[in-house]
Amino acid sequence: MIRFNNVSKRYENGHDALKHINVTLDKGEMAFLTGHSGAGKSTLLKLITLVERSTRGDVFVNDINLSKVSNRKIPFVRRNIGMIFQDHRLLYDRSVFDNIALPLIIAGHPHREIGRRVRAALDKVGLLKKEKLEPIMLSGGEQQRVGIARAVVNKPPILLADEPTGNLDPELSAEIMGLFQQFNQVGVSLLVASHDLGLIARMKYRTITLKDGMLVGDGGSL
Amino acid sequence: MVKKKQRIEKKSPEKRGASSQKVGIVSRLKMLIHLHRQEVRNSFKGMVKTPISSFMTLAVLGIALALPGGLQVVLKNSNMLSEGWDGASRFSLYLEQSVTDDVATSLSNRLKARSDVAEVELISRQQALDEFQDSSGLGDALEQLEENPLPIVLEILPATNYSTPEASQAMLKEFRKLPEVELAQLDMQWVKRLYYLIDLADRAVFALSLLLGLAVLLIVGNTIRLAIQNRREEIEIIKLIGATNAFIRRPFLYTGLWYGIGGGLFAVILIGASLWWLSDPVSQLAGLYDSGYRLTGLSFKETFELIGFSTFLGLTGSWISVTRHLSRINPT
Repeated sequence: MIRFNNVSKRYENGHDALKHINVTLDKGEMAFLTGHSGAGKSTLLKLITLVERSTRGDVFVNDINLSKVSNRKIPFVRRNIGMIFQDHRLLYDRSVFDNIALPLIIAGHPHREIGRRVRAALDKVGLLKKEKLEPIMLSGGEQQRVGIARAVVNKPPILLADEPTGNLDPELSAEIMGLFQQFNQVGVSLLVASHDLGLIARMKYRTITLKDGMLVGDGGSL
Repeated sequence: MVKKKQRIEKKSPEKRGASSQKVGIVSRLKMLIHLHRQEVRNSFKGMVKTPISSFMTLAVLGIALALPGGLQVVLKNSNMLSEGWDGASRFSLYLEQSVTDDVATSLSNRLKARSDVAEVELISRQQALDEFQDSSGLGDALEQLEENPLPIVLEILPATNYSTPEASQAMLKEFRKLPEVELAQLDMQWVKRLYYLIDLADRAVFALSLLLGLAVLLIVGNTIRLAIQNRREEIEIIKLIGATNAFIRRPFLYTGLWYGIGGGLFAVILIGASLWWLSDPVSQLAGLYDSGYRLTGLSFKETFELIGFSTFLGLTGSWISVTRHLSRINPT
């Protein structure tokens, strides 16, 4: 599903964020990506979503070589990847419903289908009664669940999460992780970047560890 | 509860992946039309949401457009007024004393047949004398004359497209060559002045229109640039979700469209109000000159053209701005 083939990334300021990364995430696999801040977790996720491009080596997503994707085609790659952010990145000038509907509107889904799919996603994250509210009226955990609903509403085969529980207390974090597990059970591939080692240890999933841009650990739970 | 639902919706992984791709072309088109209608509404709502700043932008656009539009109307009115003055470009042909009334009549008919002549008026000796007696107050003295000293006069009005100074000059030369004509006159200074004055005003208004059109383009462009900057974060987010540039561009283009239409309407209202304000004094003044002259406002076609031009400028301004600024915003 996701494959890094000897990938290096050097930023314009000369900083080597990733060095010779070889890693594969199989279809339907769930893994954690961990390491200290600055170890290259975010860069790795940015390469998958084409926010950045690799300096050397190739990244494959869904068997598509991202080095060969033109800027114009980037949106179509991103539509197959659900993204969840630490700061939720919701649009605060519109309702919860409209936030979640956005990926479907962008992809041009018919109007009637949008309502059905948005409600299904809201139901999944347990916010069915809050579709008319504005995101700002929700708690941090609820906002994150809106972000998750938005990421999965388009039913992408891949979900990426960048520190999804960074701002949440342990109980809410566990709830979010429970949701991820549910998605994984229905066949979605997940890559979750986190430095919450306690949480990762409890989850018992494959853990990919980065240090100074290099892959230093890849295997069962810590 | 949540878990229960989850199990019901369970599908094979392949099916899930594929379902995010397949959207039929017809439903895609339907959705696109629906989206466009929504953007038209949303961009309008967006302007209404910030009424003061939107109104100020529209006012600036309206004033910028009303100036050339209004001057065009003034020009049109002065053109109409000058048409009433075309006596200034009349030729007066004073015929030789020896020319009889019959010869003068046949000459008048010959001249009338020319394509560059609109009208010929024959003033006989007696008519001329009567007029002179009336207007000069020398009635009795003139009656003492044995012979009428006045010549037959032909007053010629050139056809409209021959009223330029050059054409008039050429015609005058021809008239002077006629054997029956003793003296041919044309008040050239008057014609020239009027003609060049109108030409000058015409060009000045054109240059002004060009400059103010450019101003409208810049105003809309700048307004859209600010709108893009205000929504920078939003643009980054929807780019991450997979929005194409066309999708992101759309609301800004519709906003530009609305500014164009609104600015044009504002200009039409400003011009209408100014004319209404001027109409009373103008008709009073015209009344003093025994003229039924009235100000003419924008015709339906001109109103349509002004709003159309304004809409075009709004759309173009926002297009330039969006194209320039949108590509610089990339998610981080």
